[in-house]
Amino acid sequence: MSNGISLAIEVDDLSKKYGDYYALSHATFHVPIGTICGFVGPNGSGKTTTIRMLLGLIGSSGGTGKILGESIGDPEKYLPRVGAMIEGPAFYPALSGKENLNVLATLGGFPSERVNTLLQKVGLADRGESKYKTYSLGMKQRLGIAAALLPNPQLLILDEPTNGLDPAGIHEIRELLRSLVQEGITVFVSSHLLSEIQMISEYLVMLREGKVIFFGKTTDLLERQRPTLVVKPEKESDLESLRQLSESLGHKAKVSNNQLHIDAESNWSAPFNKAAFEAGITLASIAIVLPTLEETFFEMTSAQGGGQ
Amino acid sequence: MIRVIFAELRKLRRPTLFFGTLGSVVGTSSLVTSLLYLLIDKPGGNSRRGAHISREILSAPNGLTFGFAASAGLLGIVALCVFAAQTAQEYTYGTLRNLLVRQPSRMKLLLGKLVSMSIFQMVIVIVSGVVSIVLSFALAPHAKVSTDLWSSSTAISAVIHTTINVYISAIAFGLFGMALGLLLRSPISSISIGVLWLLIVEGILGTVWSTANKWLPGSQFSNVAQGGSTEISYSYSMAATIIYLVVISVAAATFFKKRDVAS
Repeated sequence: MSNGISLAIEVDDLSKKYGDYYALSHATFHVPIGTICGFVGPNGSGKTTTIRMLLGLIGSSGGTGKILGESIGDPEKYLPRVGAMIEGPAFYPALSGKENLNVLATLGGFPSERVNTLLQKVGLADRGESKYKTYSLGMKQRLGIAAALLPNPQLLILDEPTNGLDPAGIHEIRELLRSLVQEGITVFVSSHLLSEIQMISEYLVMLREGKVIFFGKTTDLLERQRPTLVVKPEKESDLESLRQLSESLGHKAKVSNNQLHIDAESNWSAPFNKAAFEAGITLASIAIVLPTLEETFFEMTSAQGGGQ
Repeated sequence: MIRVIFAELRKLRRPTLFFGTLGSVVGTSSLVTSLLYLLIDKPGGNSRRGAHISREILSAPNGLTFGFAASAGLLGIVALCVFAAQTAQEYTYGTLRNLLVRQPSRMKLLLGKLVSMSIFQMVIVIVSGVVSIVLSFALAPHAKVSTDLWSSSTAISAVIHTTINVYISAIAFGLFGMALGLLLRSPISSISIGVLWLLIVEGILGTVWSTANKWLPGSQFSNVAQGGSTEISYSYSMAATIIYLVVISVAAATFFKKRDVAS
């Protein structure tokens, strides 16, 4: 909680229209304070448009939005408490990483000592004096995150922060975001790495074609999806018999990687185990697998219609 | 707004930009001033467009400032390039969105940028003036130009007036460049169109249409730096410059304030 506010981002019926085309159409979603919220959607679904509106870079065509309790029509009131990296890092190529941060620190009125602290925090302390144009993509991303952290923000908005990072870098950013949330910072992060979003995000906002198709707890979304029973027989030769058994009992099944994937409710595992035993097939393992966020994402974003 | 000014000065003080610009104006000022004295006896003239500035004119108290004032047009072009590039690069690098997140008031950002670039330009103009005056003292004996009156209070007053006029002219050129940078959002486009207009289009219009120089912006800006001419008075050019600058500034500021930052 911050100043009695429970929501870091509060968007109601927000729209952005270009001519007859809605880049964002009547979007409504809320992000509670002190959480990591993933922001996902296919390319062109309106993620960046939404982020731009939240940061006062573009005006809205309708609806309302509040950041940390202040209207998005008045960005001067909330932006000093917000850190952001939009559409990837953008800095002056001829200046060093440190000098780029100093420009933003001076502009925002933040102490210059914070620049060194942040360079250390994102692992750029030894390259701070190098010109930005000499940085690798991963280093540029780190500098962008450092810039976003300059104001010691209550809300951090990051657009694709792991873009260009190697697995170790992605892991570091994941841990950094988790530690920021422990410090009380709300993180709103868009990413195409859905496995990453699933790992770190407590909340989720999903867009498709400019419309919000889900917002809420990530677990709520995943639990809402139909699980899969993954069954492995003791003998590989029994796989086809098992598949036929499942289909005869009214559940679609397919063989993949020497396992049978059955489209069924989780409470069907015991009856199926019993049916297999009665058919003379011994099961080596049976597991209930929830769909991943990636699978859910593709299902939801490729489906027609839908809604929260 | 103070924070915007200091942040912008951090960018402007980078060695390649600062010393590069300084080098170009020192070179320009030196060249124009040297030619004034070295070509004093040449039949082809020793000033702009073959004009001849005689020993008697150069020996006058304000003779000291002729080289400096003559280089004002080129100083203006430099100002246009710097202002246009510094403004338009925020779009091409995508850094404008960072600036606006840290300073959401677009007018403060724009005004801070203008003030910081004006400070930068002041340094450039002063250095150019110093170089021209030092060179004038150095070359005058060689060209047999008397410097007796150059230390008088009238001469000092002329130096101050010329510096102010050259500075106003440079800011006018710079604002023109800044407006182009805001409208075109590309350093290359804004500089090329600005320079093309000032050096080519205005030149052609001035040649084929005798009264064009009375209303063309570049001509008015240059005439302010010269302190007026026989054809167009200083007060007329100053009034025209102010009108141009108000119109350009209001249009560019309105555009900047209203337009979405989508890049």
